[in-house]
Amino acid sequence: MIDVLYFAWVRERIGLPREKVETRAPTVAALVEELKAREERYALAFADLSALRVALDQELASFDAPLAGVREVAFFPPMTGG
Amino acid sequence: MRVAVQSAPFDPGAEATAFAASVQGAGAIVTFTGLVRDDGGRIAAMEIEHYPGMTERAIAAIAEKAAGRWPLSDVLVIHRHGRLVPGEPIMMVATAAPHRGDAFAAAEFLMDWLKSRAPFWKKEIGPGGAEWVAAKDADEDALDRW
Repeated sequence: MIDVLYFAWVRERIGLPREKVETRAPTVAALVEELKAREERYALAFADLSALRVALDQELASFDAPLAGVREVAFFPPMTGG
Repeated sequence: MRVAVQSAPFDPGAEATAFAASVQGAGAIVTFTGLVRDDGGRIAAMEIEHYPGMTERAIAAIAEKAAGRWPLSDVLVIHRHGRLVPGEPIMMVATAAPHRGDAFAAAEFLMDWLKSRAPFWKKEIGPGGAEWVAAKDADEDALDRW
């Protein structure tokens, strides 16, 4: 089980801020494919990965990063702080 | 080094005074305060979402990076989240160093990195509705100069 978190418009599109996901996906990209296959709202949120960023255990990562040992995955748009 | 991520308002003047009083052996202090713009009436409020936990870690890592690059005596970063109205301070950075060049450079570095590497997302609320602010290519390009 991993915690999957969504922020900003990704959270709005999917309709929840976080959920627990049972997965054996080896990489972030594989997890994304599993989520997209679930429902239309996931497919819409993950339609364009170039518009998304991912963090693994609160560190920025890439979509081909492995998920082994990861407890928390977060998906969000490019950050707009400052 | 102090990092504060908070919904409460802060007083930039009081923060600058406290920072100056606590700094030891610096010859220069640079402070920057970012305010919510109204963009000619287009923005009535701003909602700032963040990623609790990662935000503090990311800002601390950025501040450490700055401290490793310039001889800083101290660094302060305050960033708000939640609902803000035009004119309100969103964030503030302060840097203290022996000489002004380093304090200015470190403050700019902090601002450039906070903009696109600290997990905040701004949503503008206006008369026409609400809209997430899109990241600008220029913000990403700004990192290349460091």
